[in-house]
Amino acid sequence: MKTVKKRKATVDTAACVACGCCVKVCPKGAIAIYRGIRAEIDQENCIGCGKCAKECPASVITIREVQP
Amino acid sequence: MKKQWYDYLWIFSAAYLILGFFNILFAWLGLLCFFIPLIISLTQGTKGYCNRYCGRGQLFSLLGGRFGLSRKRDIPGWMKSKAFRYGFLIFFFLMFFQMLWNTYLVFAGAQDLRQVVTLLWSFKLPWHWAYHGTLLHPGVAQFAFGFYSVMLTSTVLGLVTMVLFKPRSWCVYCPMGTMTQLICKAKNR
Repeated sequence: MKTVKKRKATVDTAACVACGCCVKVCPKGAIAIYRGIRAEIDQENCIGCGKCAKECPASVITIREVQP
Repeated sequence: MKKQWYDYLWIFSAAYLILGFFNILFAWLGLLCFFIPLIISLTQGTKGYCNRYCGRGQLFSLLGGRFGLSRKRDIPGWMKSKAFRYGFLIFFFLMFFQMLWNTYLVFAGAQDLRQVVTLLWSFKLPWHWAYHGTLLHPGVAQFAFGFYSVMLTSTVLGLVTMVLFKPRSWCVYCPMGTMTQLICKAKNR
């Protein structure tokens, strides 16, 4: 069986400032700010488009390939 | 995504800076940008202000994003370090209390009203055209000059980092953002 690699966003939570810029640009509404502390990405809904990574002022979001 | 009413709060931020050129007493309105985020973080335990309502962040993202006034580079590592963010918060606090102290001196009659806006905590800009007297104590005007200095200084810093790095780089080291995040961390432990 062929394994399909998927691209997903991940947050360096320790450095996240919880500004919410990523939430605003996510086309899937897959990001939420958890209790004013950090951004959390819903891995199910993330399509790995990278808009959040581009927007993040602290550049703490990266797009990685993950094995499903 | 459909625009909400709060997506237009950048107009408030821009208007605030402009009004301060005409009558410094408008500077008092800036207290909203201090109290609303604090109240939201203290009562809700969220950074709802940063996330939704911050007009300044919207202004930077408009100027740096749509108008392209940003290199859109990564912010240097040290600027997002805890040491810098907390250090800047403390520095900002000290400068803020110094401003309150100057206001107190005018209220107490120990110092005359100084009609200047201090940019970047050092450069005194003449600003007398924006003061036409007040029915209240001159101390009320002194606070307005001081508070407008705080707001203008942070806007200038924000604009510089907007151009150099990503549009909303200010959000990384914004003292209000750092403070509300600390409150949220303490509340949601």
